[in-house]
Amino acid sequence: MASIKGSRRRGLALHLPLIIGTLISAFPFYWAVIMSTHSSSEIFSYPPKLLPGTHFLENVRNLFDAIDFFGSMWNSLLVATSVTFLVLLFDSLAAFVFAKFEFPGKNALFGLLMVIFMVPAQLSVIPQFVIMAKIGWIGSMTALIVPAAANAFGIFWMRQYMKTAIHDELLDASKLDGANFLRQYWHVALPVVRPGLAFLGIFTFMGQWNDFAWPLISLTNPDNVTLQVALSQLNGTHGTTDYGIVMTGALLALIPLLIVFAIGAKQIIGDLAKGAVRG
Amino acid sequence: MAVIEQSPPVVAQRPSPTGPKRGLRKYWHLYAAISPFYLIFLGFGLFPVGFSLYLSFHRWDGLGSMEWAGLSQYQYLLTDSDFWNSIGNTIIIWALATFPMIFLAMITAVMLNSAVRFKNLYRFAYFLPNVTSVVAIAIVFGSIFSTNFGMVNAILNAVGIDQIAWLNTPWGIKVTIAALMTWQWTGYNAIIFLAGLQTVPSELYEAARMDGAGPVQTFFKITLPLLRPTLLFVLVVSTVTGLQSFSEPQVLLQTSSNDSTFAGGPGHSGQTMVLYFFQQTFDNNDFGYGAAVAWGIFLVVVLFSIINWRLVQRRGD
Repeated sequence: MASIKGSRRRGLALHLPLIIGTLISAFPFYWAVIMSTHSSSEIFSYPPKLLPGTHFLENVRNLFDAIDFFGSMWNSLLVATSVTFLVLLFDSLAAFVFAKFEFPGKNALFGLLMVIFMVPAQLSVIPQFVIMAKIGWIGSMTALIVPAAANAFGIFWMRQYMKTAIHDELLDASKLDGANFLRQYWHVALPVVRPGLAFLGIFTFMGQWNDFAWPLISLTNPDNVTLQVALSQLNGTHGTTDYGIVMTGALLALIPLLIVFAIGAKQIIGDLAKGAVRG
Repeated sequence: MAVIEQSPPVVAQRPSPTGPKRGLRKYWHLYAAISPFYLIFLGFGLFPVGFSLYLSFHRWDGLGSMEWAGLSQYQYLLTDSDFWNSIGNTIIIWALATFPMIFLAMITAVMLNSAVRFKNLYRFAYFLPNVTSVVAIAIVFGSIFSTNFGMVNAILNAVGIDQIAWLNTPWGIKVTIAALMTWQWTGYNAIIFLAGLQTVPSELYEAARMDGAGPVQTFFKITLPLLRPTLLFVLVVSTVTGLQSFSEPQVLLQTSSNDSTFAGGPGHSGQTMVLYFFQQTFDNNDFGYGAAVAWGIFLVVVLFSIINWRLVQRRGD
């Protein structure tokens, strides 16, 4: 099975299902593009449209009238970027400590981290909501950023990465040169694990960008929400009336993510696979 | 949970009778470096989990005073037909999505493993559905499965099958949600399977071919047994995420029921466990019962994961 020399028919038999799979993967994106270029009366007519129409700009204008698209996109960007930055900093610091240093209580603390990893989110939703309401963060982006600023998955994943990527000799040498902990972290550890940081960063960003349940609950001011919540509002109020606008919103919301993915695809796909096989 | 009491960051703040002070001075920077996670966890993880347990023994609307309820929330949970309905829905949707997904992902991985050309292009294309936001793509799927102008019914019509009211019938709703999940996760899992396949030494396949084994035989005798660890990983992850599905049914069905945006469509037939949790908590403002529902969900997910684990582990070993 490793080599497929010759036999064109075999190649076709292999590539045909793969191409069909690719088409199925891509179809919803194509469908969103088509729908976003038609007016709602065109969309509701039969048979379904399969070629682009001429109403895209009109739909975009109506979309911007219906929701504060750029305001909510800014909120999403703010949340996703802040969380990504904080996660990279806190997770890599903690991972560096767990991977390369010995100290009293280390094993218990790491064990605790693994237990936390498995606690499902719903259990903390209500109390988290109550706390946020008490300290006045409900309705603001802070309610999304702070609880997500460090996570067990990232620490665990970075620790595995750092264990092999950072050589002990390098750390010893830097110590002899008089480097303290922060210098070791900044000048020895970080440069070596840059690919790992890229993976964790892209993954965190996409996860935050797409997060829906908690923002839906905690962002109680309908005029100040993230993009996903704004989209769902759009779907709720216009859902059955103007699909052209809703589709345009969905399409425009997908674009920033597709850009991030296009830039980091190699990293994401490669490292995800590595982690799964190792785990 | 008792572990946290002994954890050094807590100890570090007050003088400890057991730990020597010199040790703390020596290691303080290490504790400081790991402290953000544990501080966040204390505030938004451990306290909430404890509080939700406390809450589940009370009656509370989130505003007034709490009232002790003993075990009555849990007693009610056990007899709550809506909760059982949501468990049933969740498991059916999970099964409808997971088994086709694993099957398709494995086939895709085997094909990708032998197709040398365009491998990276295919991997990119198959991974794409996974990075898109569930909200946006659920909106798109809602229109693809729309009764009157959707693509799926148009295809069915073209081959002479009557149109199906996908988002208005109990099975149609479940199939639509499952189709969305399958679409979003097949490529992701195919890439994980592919990575597993690439660890299988090619000599094994050579040897099988020498012995005259066909592709089907090779798959069942060599590929599948060696993929078992990866299969276990995929199955556990899909169980934990699939049983907690929320966004897909919420976005697809939020407008199709009158009582609540978390109702899961006509007849609650797309209401998953987590949707039911949100409905009880935030639409009915029943925080105490909501907490009990959350613990119920936790139990179901743990039990189900253990069963899955056992099934995959035992087969063959």
